[in-house]
Amino acid sequence: MSVQAASLPVAAQPQKQRRFRVRPSRVILNIVLAAIAIFWLVPTIGIAIISLRPNSAFQQSGWWTVLTAPAQLTFSNYQQLFSAGFKAGGVLDSLTTSIAITVPVTILVTVISSLTAYSLVFGRWRGRTVVFLLIVAMLVLPLQMALIPVASLYKIFDNATGLQLFGSVMGAIIFHVAFGLPFGIFLMRNFYSGIPHDLLEAGRIDGAGEWTLFRKVVMPIGIPALASLAIFQFIWVWNDLLVALIFLSGNTHQTLTLFLYGQTRALSSNYWIISTGAMISIIIPLIVFFAFQRYFVRGVLAGAVK
Amino acid sequence: MAVAVPTSDSAPAAPAGEILPTTSKPAGGGGFRSHLGSLLFLLPGALWLALIVVYPLIATVIRSFFDSSGQNFIALGNYKSVFSTTDILVSLKNNVVWVVVFPFLVTFFGLVFAVLTERIRWSTAFKTIVFMPLVFSATAAGLTWASIFFIDPHTGMVNAAVQGASNAINPPGLYPIDPTTGQTVSGLVATGVQVGPGGSLESKTTVSAGSTVELGLIGISPATLQQNGAATAVAPTAASGAITGLVWRDFSPAHPTVRGQVFPDEDGIPGLQLSLLNSSGASAATATTAKNGTFTFANPGAGSYRVQITANNFRAGFNGIFFLGTQSLTPTSSLSPTMQAILSLPIVDIAMIIAYLWVWAGFAMVVIGAGLAALNREVLEAAQIDGASEWQTLRRVTVPMLLPVLVVVFVTMLINVLKIFDIILNMAAPSSQAGAKTLAVDIYNDFAAPGGQGLAAAIAVVLFLLVVPAMLFNLKRIRG
Repeated sequence: MSVQAASLPVAAQPQKQRRFRVRPSRVILNIVLAAIAIFWLVPTIGIAIISLRPNSAFQQSGWWTVLTAPAQLTFSNYQQLFSAGFKAGGVLDSLTTSIAITVPVTILVTVISSLTAYSLVFGRWRGRTVVFLLIVAMLVLPLQMALIPVASLYKIFDNATGLQLFGSVMGAIIFHVAFGLPFGIFLMRNFYSGIPHDLLEAGRIDGAGEWTLFRKVVMPIGIPALASLAIFQFIWVWNDLLVALIFLSGNTHQTLTLFLYGQTRALSSNYWIISTGAMISIIIPLIVFFAFQRYFVRGVLAGAVK
Repeated sequence: MAVAVPTSDSAPAAPAGEILPTTSKPAGGGGFRSHLGSLLFLLPGALWLALIVVYPLIATVIRSFFDSSGQNFIALGNYKSVFSTTDILVSLKNNVVWVVVFPFLVTFFGLVFAVLTERIRWSTAFKTIVFMPLVFSATAAGLTWASIFFIDPHTGMVNAAVQGASNAINPPGLYPIDPTTGQTVSGLVATGVQVGPGGSLESKTTVSAGSTVELGLIGISPATLQQNGAATAVAPTAASGAITGLVWRDFSPAHPTVRGQVFPDEDGIPGLQLSLLNSSGASAATATTAKNGTFTFANPGAGSYRVQITANNFRAGFNGIFFLGTQSLTPTSSLSPTMQAILSLPIVDIAMIIAYLWVWAGFAMVVIGAGLAALNREVLEAAQIDGASEWQTLRRVTVPMLLPVLVVVFVTMLINVLKIFDIILNMAAPSSQAGAKTLAVDIYNDFAAPGGQGLAAAIAVVLFLLVVPAMLFNLKRIRG
């Protein structure tokens, strides 16, 4: 995986081998790091096991009793949550709502960022530096700064058109895209900066338009960065709670994070729902993470400013 | 990007540093058509940002100078409220705790992990394990860690561990009395007993060799007795030269109002540790009650004694620390409410910081690890050849060379915790929300509350001003 590949240059290897042989403290180091690794795994294992125990068992004994009595594991919590089907407010409906927000945001952010970055790198208009620096400034802008006016804008729009933005999936999407763009543009601009301009000049001499150059030359080269951006953006939006709380308020369809937050009111009695819902909400980011680990790590490294 | 990390390593000839458009003048012609074309490319992004980011930013600043209705200009009125309302000072305090503690700790852990994993063979597995929680939502992470910190030792892992250690050092009695739930030893008194020193019980009257004593207790559940193997109480018989007696549950379901009489449906209280106190109050002998509640002090000798049921029979076990509560770790009870708000350190802050470290340490580790990989290995090797120990190399060479990366991680985490929100809503107990909240939580609450938007706008602007130094830092870094 790329965490490894990125951090260990080949040149360092021979020296490392030597150190393995001569350092006697190596055993202690391995034990300490193994203990840390176990510590890091325990919460995830714990929540997984809680979700796999009958809900009556939760109050009676700790999840770690599974070590001595593995027979208590069951999928009954999942069956019970899924049995409600796609009814609004249920976990499956939340899953689809999360997807309905996350997927369009991811596509829009990657496409628009890519276009903007193209203009910033290959365009010839004045003020590109200023615009880029503005975007860098927006990277760390707290989205709390925008909540009140955007909610007002939505309400004005809703009153004028009879449509619904405030309290709708569409409203959440529009807001998410806006706050995904600065990072997206930043990342894509840095990537496109590495593309030689000669490549485009050759195309221009052949009479290719900007749109053709973007689609046929720049986009294909940019795929690794687009993948990083898309995965990063996907997980970012998937995990959001604040935007959903504000812009989906009053909507019967909730995101998974909203669903979980709604359960916390009576924390101990319905923890079987919370643990099972948390596992369902974790699974998709985990799949994305393990499938596209190197791209995600790259996105994180580039996003060290967000 | 400015950190020398391989973010763009698959781009052909991608430079690691920054190239601003001004420095890279495109060669050749092009003309009006492409000029307009590339501006059109800018349009969707620019419109979107102008409408949903830039305009709201300005509007929020303006809104913060108006009252709750949004009609009346009140200048800095909302800001005065921000810094004078005790309720908001609590949030400011919590933000300060997060900002002071978290960025430092997460950078430290990231550095330690990054350096140590370079020395093990299974670094890939280790990095994956530590990095994985980063893809969890703060919501899921907060709920997960809430379960780890649950107060009940039956369900909360940390409290279970503390209870295990506590019971090993200081085992609870067979009949624990928990004062935190309002139970008292005096509540056990029924017949022939009185409260003795230090939470013990003792016989009301003195006894001497050859006589018997009956000690009746109430308020002990049949379940506890059954668990300890109790049998039907048997009235004691006198034995010459010995003190004999009975401790029993003085409650008969058949005669619920009669005390002081041993009925066949009453059980003895087994396993009680007894002490025979002489006239000066010192322990002359010890005994333990049998299953039927009887006991014998075989050879007390002459003199009068009291029979004591020692306090350790009633010692309460460890019942869990409320980690998700707002008990202060700093002594503030004697202070004014305002000073309490500012100076208290809620225990849940620490619990949440631990949970958040679990989420973000992997990020710090990977970014610092990438910086470490980009270091000039020759310098490190030169230091080692010159005889520097690993610790010296780390402190004098590696860390100073890594400093720019460490600062980036630190600043990134600083911005992150200034805006901390989800984990508080999901991890602190519902009853602790008011004591654990931060500015971001206040903004959300005031946004949703009727008439709270002026205040919410002012808090948002304060939050923005706190982020501005980090913004300038980024701009400076990126301009080179």
